[in-house]
Amino acid sequence: MTEPAKAQSAKTRGTKTPNANARNALELNDLSVAYRVGGRDRAVLRNLSLTIGQGEAYGLVGESGCGKSTAALAVVRYLPRNGSISGGAIALDGQDVMKLDAEALRRARATSVSMVYQDPGKALNPSIRIGRQLTEIFELAGISGKAAEDRAIAMLNRVRISDPPSVMQRYPHQLSGGMQQRVAIAMALANDPTMLILDEPTTGLDATVEAEVLDLIAQLRQELSASILFISHNLAVVSHMCDRVGVLYAGMLVEEGPTEVVFNDPRHPYTVALLRCLPRGGQRKDQGRLDTIPGFLPGIGAVIKGCAFADRCALADERCRTELPPLYELSDERGARLSRCHHHDKAQALPRATPSEVATPPKPVAQPVLRVAGLNKTYASHGHPLRAVKDVSLDLRPGETLGLVGESGSGKTTFARLLLGLVPPDDGGTIELEGKALAPKLENRGDDQVKAMQIVFQNPDSALNRSHSIRHLLSRALKRLAGLSGKALETRLEDLVRSVRLTDRHLAVKPRQLSGGLKQRVAIARAFAGDPRIVVCDEPTSALDVSVQAAILNLLADLQAKEDVSYIFISHDLGVVRYLSDKIAVLYLGRIMELGPSEAVFSGPHHPYTEALLSAVPKLDQTGTTRIRLDGEIPSAVNPPSGCVFHTRCPRKIGPICEQQEPPLAEAQPGHAIRCHIPYDELARLQKASVAELA
Amino acid sequence: MSAVQTTSAPDDTRRRGPLAEVVFSLLRSRTFLVGIAIVLFWVVCAFFGEHFAPYDPLADDIINALSPPSSEHWFGTDQIGRDVFSRVIVGSRDILTVAPLATLLATVAGTALGLLTGYFRGIVDDIVSRILEAFMAIPVVIVALLAIVALGTSKTTVIIVIGLSFAPIIARTVRSAVLAERELDYVAAAQLRHESAFHTMFVEILPNVIPPILVETTVRLGYAIFAVATLSFMGFGIQPPSPDWGLSISSNYGMIGGGFWWTVLFDALAIASLVIGVNLAADGVHGAFND
Repeated sequence: MTEPAKAQSAKTRGTKTPNANARNALELNDLSVAYRVGGRDRAVLRNLSLTIGQGEAYGLVGESGCGKSTAALAVVRYLPRNGSISGGAIALDGQDVMKLDAEALRRARATSVSMVYQDPGKALNPSIRIGRQLTEIFELAGISGKAAEDRAIAMLNRVRISDPPSVMQRYPHQLSGGMQQRVAIAMALANDPTMLILDEPTTGLDATVEAEVLDLIAQLRQELSASILFISHNLAVVSHMCDRVGVLYAGMLVEEGPTEVVFNDPRHPYTVALLRCLPRGGQRKDQGRLDTIPGFLPGIGAVIKGCAFADRCALADERCRTELPPLYELSDERGARLSRCHHHDKAQALPRATPSEVATPPKPVAQPVLRVAGLNKTYASHGHPLRAVKDVSLDLRPGETLGLVGESGSGKTTFARLLLGLVPPDDGGTIELEGKALAPKLENRGDDQVKAMQIVFQNPDSALNRSHSIRHLLSRALKRLAGLSGKALETRLEDLVRSVRLTDRHLAVKPRQLSGGLKQRVAIARAFAGDPRIVVCDEPTSALDVSVQAAILNLLADLQAKEDVSYIFISHDLGVVRYLSDKIAVLYLGRIMELGPSEAVFSGPHHPYTEALLSAVPKLDQTGTTRIRLDGEIPSAVNPPSGCVFHTRCPRKIGPICEQQEPPLAEAQPGHAIRCHIPYDELARLQKASVAELA
Repeated sequence: MSAVQTTSAPDDTRRRGPLAEVVFSLLRSRTFLVGIAIVLFWVVCAFFGEHFAPYDPLADDIINALSPPSSEHWFGTDQIGRDVFSRVIVGSRDILTVAPLATLLATVAGTALGLLTGYFRGIVDDIVSRILEAFMAIPVVIVALLAIVALGTSKTTVIIVIGLSFAPIIARTVRSAVLAERELDYVAAAQLRHESAFHTMFVEILPNVIPPILVETTVRLGYAIFAVATLSFMGFGIQPPSPDWGLSISSNYGMIGGGFWWTVLFDALAIASLVIGVNLAADGVHGAFND
């Protein structure tokens, strides 16, 4: 695709109302599922009832641990060995799944239901060629030889894979994540299922690839008759893909209705709170804190007397704690909807759990704390040079956040590791911390320099040593980074623990006994132990639920305001980056494509790559939007395209100059630099035009 | 901000620690229980055997030499009339000191080497690993022969020979576990605190590679028992007049041709049962850590 194309609204309105005469594609009736853990049955799904009409796309949302995947597994009776259906009925296309014998169940799984899972790399057999894996499905259906192969190729064509015969010859690892997920979808669609279950199908993918896969699913919906059960924790994705949505909490349906209605006019405090946790509409840290949901999801098997959400709900009264709310019917002209809340009429009056106000002292303009000039990193890949980071120069002032964005493979993490000294850069570049040059290697840096730059890793399970108690982890950091011991260490430890809003009780336990959000707090506390000047945050919230993410983002913003620390914030979630960043650097193949103040980069005019990244993100606020699609994958850094590295995918390529000459990173406005041959004013005109076209 | 998440999730499945989890799963493993019962039986014999053995295992009785099993001598007597039953019972003592000590030596040396090679990688790994591989290529018997020439026959020699022969194998297991651990971010976090290599290896990484080490150790213990018995049989190991099993087989196997099978069979069965017991227990330990 070479021009910004107008993709039609992802939702197919024609199928919006299920045909009342047809049998429903899926009916769950009072479904209860329990897992046997520690010798006791623990309820995971509690009397879940939902109906998916023929051709309908139904979204199931909720935080991790609320039973979304369990519901999907129960539909095909794929529960783990310790799981059992303790009550209720499941009907697939009118057929009672509970009554099927082994053979009939196998047939139902083979012909009428298909599942696509989160990680396509695990769904495909790594040692069998794509072609073999696909034709096998047709062979099971009784088609053999050449006919099966033809069907496989047709299937790959259908999921918009170019050159299917060559893809058929490849092994899964030779395909990118997006291609793998397409193949997984092709396999799921091979036997023309009536019901397609998508369990977080785009969660592990880059925003641009996610957009592609979502488009594909939306297009396939028009071609196929399949109904879809779409499971996701990402509300924006669900709002984009689904006709109706169900919100699951502690294994119970708490709210259900047409997607747009539920997300724009929620009637359950949990839905209200979830939506408030997301940084939306360009919200920034100096404009207010995000709201959070206090407390925790009830553990599996917890005895719930009243409303499951009552403990975390500021609206809850005595009745909520003692009497389980029924699913109130709130149908109006916008469609049938349900809410399991006694106070559904005033759900939106839910008071904030976190006050929004922030006191932002005006920042004095200070000397940059970090200056990077001409930083390069070249790896050797099978004897060829691979330029992971190329000629990066930027600076960062105290108390500022630099957001690093770009697809995976764009060099974000490598750049962070170069700064930290975990990987030595190529000769020539310089990194200056508070005016003093840093040695390229960590072991040659002074203790003061090391403690001044710390990191919060993406995955706390990997970042916190699982053998050590939280007390040990933090004490060690205080001892090494702050040089404390004895009484002074104890006092500082208490302060530190309190500053990340943990309590003394958390000190005695090991990381595995804490939830993901609490673990990330420990990781943040560790990074702050030595009063750092700069903290690198490498996707610190990508593994967390939105409510926990909001709390962590607030914490980072508070700590920054208090300690005047600078962040280098890496994330693929542009909403999150926008919330926290003062400055943005957009990376592509190790090069800075755009660098400037956060607002300038987001509001545009921006580099065509930034434009594409921004438009790929599904947003809650708008549904049918113009989307710019990036074709194909990020090119290999071993053999980057000539001229402008982005020209192979650029929707605004102007001509041969893009292929021949690498544009300079030119300052278009004071402090806002763009690496593009198109002049700034022209970019502004083009991008305004495409917005106008939309409207 | 409010008191977000200051209470931990009510989830009692998490209450049991990882160690308790393993113990719990071991106690439910039939394989482990059978194995450990056999091993414990021999351990009891090693400690208290002489108290319930019917005869003095070293007392000869030439008149009753080579008498077949009877109600008086359950397992018969050997060529100088010693009671085979009593000798089998007491014979576990030496093997149950030498084999565990050798395994311990192998574990300590192997763990240290594995941590070094896995942590430093590169040139250190290349050099040390090649030396270990060369060492593994030499048969234990030849090493034993050389060691006996150099150090003289003693239990210590056997411990050193077997310990050092097994160390490279344990080192290899530990190395591969360390290579995986090293990639985790907590190691990078330690480097960002300027921790010493020693601290990173022994305080940060070591506790996380204990499970594979324990599994490998229990497996090695089975092989060590076998190795001790073999060396004793060949005369390189435990020396007479110990009633050691391997030694007894060695001094009596010439008699089998004459039909005096009982002088050899019961010692052989004892060795077999102990090896099987240890291996069953090892299997259980492996299962408990890998569930």
